[in-house]
Amino acid sequence: MADPHARQLIRPYGDRRDDGVVQMSFVLPVPPGSRAREAAILFVKKLGFSQALVATMEPAGRDFSFFVVYGRTAAAVDLNAIDVPEVVIRKLGFDELNAEITRRLGRKIVVVGACTGSDSHAVGIDAIMNMKGYAGDYGLERYPGFAAYNLGSQVENERLVREAKARGADAILVSQVVTQRDLHRENARQFIDLCKAEGLHGKTVLVLGGPRIDHAFALELGFDAGFGPGTRPSDVANFVFHRLVERKEAISP
Amino acid sequence: MEPPAEPSLGEPVDYGVDTLPDLYLDEAQVLRCRELAARVVQGVFDFIDRHTTVSIERTVLRLLGIAGAGPRGVPLCNLMVDRIRQVPGALEKGAAYWYGRALSARKAASPLDLLDAMSMVLRAPPAGEDEERRLRDDVRGETRAACDELLSRVRARAALRRELGTGTPPLKYVIVATGNIHEDAEQARAAAQAGADIIAVIRSTAQSLLDYVPHGATTEGYGGTYATQENFRILREALDIESRKLGRYLHLTNYSSGLCMPEIALAGAWERLDMLLNDAMYGILFRDINMKRTMCDQYFSRRICAYTGLVINTGEDNYITTADAYEAAHTVIASQLINEAFARRAGMADWQLGFGHAYEIDTARPDTLPLELSQALLVRRLFPRSPIKYMPPTKHKQGDIFFSHAYDVMADLVAATTRQGIQLLGMMTEALHTPVLMDRYVALKTADYIHRAARNLGGELTLRRDGLVVRRAHEVLDRAEKLLAETAADGLWSAIGKARFGDVARQPDGGKGLDGVAGRAPDYFNPFLEILEGRAS
Repeated sequence: MADPHARQLIRPYGDRRDDGVVQMSFVLPVPPGSRAREAAILFVKKLGFSQALVATMEPAGRDFSFFVVYGRTAAAVDLNAIDVPEVVIRKLGFDELNAEITRRLGRKIVVVGACTGSDSHAVGIDAIMNMKGYAGDYGLERYPGFAAYNLGSQVENERLVREAKARGADAILVSQVVTQRDLHRENARQFIDLCKAEGLHGKTVLVLGGPRIDHAFALELGFDAGFGPGTRPSDVANFVFHRLVERKEAISP
Repeated sequence: MEPPAEPSLGEPVDYGVDTLPDLYLDEAQVLRCRELAARVVQGVFDFIDRHTTVSIERTVLRLLGIAGAGPRGVPLCNLMVDRIRQVPGALEKGAAYWYGRALSARKAASPLDLLDAMSMVLRAPPAGEDEERRLRDDVRGETRAACDELLSRVRARAALRRELGTGTPPLKYVIVATGNIHEDAEQARAAAQAGADIIAVIRSTAQSLLDYVPHGATTEGYGGTYATQENFRILREALDIESRKLGRYLHLTNYSSGLCMPEIALAGAWERLDMLLNDAMYGILFRDINMKRTMCDQYFSRRICAYTGLVINTGEDNYITTADAYEAAHTVIASQLINEAFARRAGMADWQLGFGHAYEIDTARPDTLPLELSQALLVRRLFPRSPIKYMPPTKHKQGDIFFSHAYDVMADLVAATTRQGIQLLGMMTEALHTPVLMDRYVALKTADYIHRAARNLGGELTLRRDGLVVRRAHEVLDRAEKLLAETAADGLWSAIGKARFGDVARQPDGGKGLDGVAGRAPDYFNPFLEILEGRAS
């Protein structure tokens, strides 16, 4: 499919370009010893590495060995053949964004957020919404252009949708931290179903966030965007603003 | 009046706080803070002393042997208390009273028969005066026998701990959270072999909101493993075996929080756990549990902890995962003093109080090391005879596990230098998932090194009187005193309503579990409480 002239092959860079060096660590459920070391080497070779250097083999408990292994791989990927949806927006600074909200929308953007289901970890939604923000980046509550309502953790999807409707939310932020047994997937899917039933889908900007969330995953579920680790409040603020402007222009160009 | 925990149930540890650098604290100010905290707590005890809760009553029934589960796994004590609640004014007399009535109506009955008998006596006219006295005496005798058995169990735990000895503080605390108790036991043993002193089994997400304690061994959980009495037993047994193999006593801890604080405390004590997370305000602030419910439940659960020599860990570290750690440092101190005052009212000794705090100041700030040192030293100095539970960074962690590991090393350094009693080890994958085996191993290996390297560092240092560490400690204590004064003036409930703690506001009649609170009738009967409060003859 891709033009061979445009191929851009890349592989991991250790000490020199294209040496394919990868560092890995894992535990094997056997005590350390010559056989355990050989097992680790064989395992790493089965993964496709041409060389395997066991840097560490230590007992992590009586029946477990902890390994740090370096391997080299010939595998490469063509960067140009990769198509990943990304949130692409021109990011505005704090003051600029507030000014643009006033200029383009002429009102505050109402955002309701929560960590939903049985998940009790408010850390993510707090980082994005609370006044203080995260890593020096102000939270949505701090923006004069936003009216932000953080419902906290363990909020049922039904309640989140109800409160969002009551407040006339422009955007709903859903945080999912606990991902054991794909709990987050089920819960997020149920949220989207509910939004469809309530007629919010396609109107209200729906955003999913969490340590194991990415944009493609969120799109697949039916959200407008997904934000993973390292997301700053300003990323979310900018996305919500730009999406609202797009929708507004789509209606009255 | 206040029966202190038997010294034989646990040993005060000498943390050598006198040899740590002086913070030049004003002792009169510290005393004022404690007096203010006592006033804060006093305002709430007027309520606690006049009320009971469904969880307290279920705990009494559990002690009396109603520990099984009925159809569909519903605990029998829940069935009984729910039946009592159906009759207006009945719970106010105490479940033990109805237990006694049911027992005298049907001798030597099975728990299910007792449930039937209870329905009958709940609708029957009151017994005669002699009969009332006799049945109360009978239940008192039964309670005393159960308490004797409870004490003999916890004495056995204390004896094993003395025989084998424990690790050197800071005790290294790690969590297991597979959801399957048998897998937890396997991981706990591996962690112990790698140097862990304390194993915590994280509870399944949202167990704190269940108004019952699940029954039996469990192999499915989300983000953790259900706290059940059988799960406690399985893990304690695994750790007993491993303790003997290693020649070092391994502590086990769980969570006496949420809607079943007293029941978990009893189950934990019975199965010889060593510690429990138990905070007077955590459930209110972070789980939105009703404050009246929590106040009653925390008191009863702490009475059990006091009686059975359990060490509690308080949850102030949570304040600085919601609020900013630098801005909210004084709320941690104020809350610790309030937790201390509550614990003292429940008869707990200093060695049982593992006050919580954490290494959580934003890494983007300058001078976080002296600031964390200041806070850790301040806590250590305010509570010189208490273990102190020191939590690792969590809030500002991201996916770079190598940086995360360096971040944890700084917490190890401060913990060792300031001689914290219990250190939860940071995991380099904190921001990613529940710890995998190698995360725990790397954390333990590193903490072992840092503790060995820095254990005596604190004794080598003198701090500048006009320096950042000392000035910061004074500032935090000043603000804590101010907050305590406001809280004492407003009353604790109103202070929580104003989001004074953890940036979270709650209302007295809001939250979960208020319908499980009942007034105590003048003839309220709770023979377990009589023993716990030292009122029994």
